[in-house]
Amino acid sequence: MDHSGEKGNLSQVQHVVLVLSGKGGVGKSTLTTELALALRHAGKTVGILDVDLCGPSIPRMLGADQQVVHQCDAGWVPVYTDTQKSLALMSIGFLLESPDEAVVWRGPKKTALIGQFVSDVAWGELDFLLVDTPPGTSDEHLAVVENLRKHKVDGAILVTTPQAVSTGDVRREITFCKKIGLRILGIVENMSGFVCPHCSECSNIFSKGGGEELAKLTGSPFLGCVPLDPQLTASIEEGKDFMQAFPESSTFSSINRIAQAVMASTEAA
Amino acid sequence: MADVPSNAPEHCPGTSSAQAGKSSSCQGCPNQAICASGATKAPDPAIEEIRVKMASVKHKVLVLSGKGGVGKSTISTQLAHGLAGDSTTEVALLDVDICGPSIPKMMGVEGEQVHQSGSGWSPVYVEDNLAVMSVGFLLSSPDDAIIWRGPKKNGMIKQFLRDVDWGQVDYLIVDTPPGTSDEHLSVVQYLCGAGVDGAIIVTTPQEVSLQDVRKVIRFCEKVGLPVIGVVENMSGFLCPKCKTMTQIFPPTTGGAEKMCLDMGLSFLERVPLDPRIGKSCDEGRAFLMDVADSPAAAAYRNIVRRVTEYCASRRHQGDAD
Ligand SMILES: Nc1ncnc2c1ncn2[C@@H]1O[C@H](COP(=O)(O)OP(=O)(O)OP(=O)(O)O)[C@@H](O)[C@H]1O
Ligand SMILES: [Mg+2]
Repeated sequence: MDHSGEKGNLSQVQHVVLVLSGKGGVGKSTLTTELALALRHAGKTVGILDVDLCGPSIPRMLGADQQVVHQCDAGWVPVYTDTQKSLALMSIGFLLESPDEAVVWRGPKKTALIGQFVSDVAWGELDFLLVDTPPGTSDEHLAVVENLRKHKVDGAILVTTPQAVSTGDVRREITFCKKIGLRILGIVENMSGFVCPHCSECSNIFSKGGGEELAKLTGSPFLGCVPLDPQLTASIEEGKDFMQAFPESSTFSSINRIAQAVMASTEAA
Repeated sequence: MADVPSNAPEHCPGTSSAQAGKSSSCQGCPNQAICASGATKAPDPAIEEIRVKMASVKHKVLVLSGKGGVGKSTISTQLAHGLAGDSTTEVALLDVDICGPSIPKMMGVEGEQVHQSGSGWSPVYVEDNLAVMSVGFLLSSPDDAIIWRGPKKNGMIKQFLRDVDWGQVDYLIVDTPPGTSDEHLSVVQYLCGAGVDGAIIVTTPQEVSLQDVRKVIRFCEKVGLPVIGVVENMSGFLCPKCKTMTQIFPPTTGGAEKMCLDMGLSFLERVPLDPRIGKSCDEGRAFLMDVADSPAAAAYRNIVRRVTEYCASRRHQGDAD
């Protein structure tokens, strides 16, 4: 590898933001996807690096699951979701022969692939590189942070759902960020309340307010709540651009506010 | 050593070598995953120790899912409570989710300590016949993070399986973290020697979840772990006000039932989204007993029944091979 010491393929990437959660299934990949779309609508060029090797969701969530990556002189060419090349993706999902193939790897092998993902993808010019991660604090997280160390990482967005079982895991994730010196851009409370589409009654299926409380308790910025929205799940299932399809929804405005906050806190730093 | 399969590539390092599944010539070999899983290498002495230890455990059931947050731990706890509802059945619940151990909180024993005794670690008892072990008991504060790489996690799992003093147990339920990684390989590798009854696979109805779950099912096939069946969790939400059912996580590709049909697996149950489940879990209470008349509790009871039937029909194979 001749990239050590310099920034190599990441030299033209302005901001790097990790999306983390100690808990699984809280919406890291969904939020990564929607933030990328929101940033793109704000005129930014965005890349998503998916380091979830066992359960890569990014290709499908962006309707790119049939794509494959190609090689060029500078390394791997990411998959672009549009002809303007404003949204670039890299995921192990693009390297598998069949979508059902199980990636059953122990840590050291995962660490090696993530090293390649960080150094060998020809991202070109990007305003933001978002990194979607698997749940927990383990090999993948350590690998991506270590490999990105030579580059500047702006910080991490922590995603949680409101219930205590989830905020408990995210509390431990905060300790992880502090230990490795990763700035916390803020906490997002996802799946916060569900408004019945028939009678507009709001049910707090996974409780309410836990993310905001955790932010207060740990002195981290709170970026906002995203409600449980079946239209969002449906868009994600079909790989459609929710941010384009439902600009009137309250989910849209919450995600947009989070995107604005991320731009403000990274661009100020 | 005659450990090069006939369908292996030219430079196969041998299925029991340290490079098995890892060398560059392994790329593309149909046996790569199984070699990389470690299953083919020279046996770790712990496998035999664990087999001996587990001789006092009649049935061993793993709870798996490729996807995070689908409700593995919730189902594990309700299954444990349900089985322990019969006071003559001894139940043990082992949490091998090392980075996000949620079992202590869900079982209402957060902050408890495990004790060392001459014969190993004693688990924490929730009821006389319900014992729990989790890495969560070894953390000193709710902020503690376990930042371990794979090999260290494997060591901890080995200790949990070998050194916990469960006593005579009818059912051991093992709750796992999401994915198909070190923890899963280790548990399977160590427990298969001791005879596992099978795995319960948990998913939610939407394709984003099913696509990960299919990978776990492939994993089970590869390592020869029988699948007891699939549970579809968070299947529909009944509005408490207008009683309309909304599919918050819509089964856009037919849900778990269709997947089971396609893959020839048993479909166990559909558990609806019920805000009271999360609340009970946060408070460490047994939802199954607390809200016994709910559709979700009925679904859990049916899962318990299916699991006991499955285990009873399957001859105990602890001493086989
Ligand atoms: N606010 C929301 N409203 C409705 N559905 C949501 C919302 N957030 C996430 N979802 C859905 O919940 C499911 C889980 O989300 P997602 O896959 O993004 O979680 P994750 O944290 O990346 O999971 P994993 O830990 O397995 O990687 C997906 O089907 C997603 O579409
Ligand atoms: Mg994800």
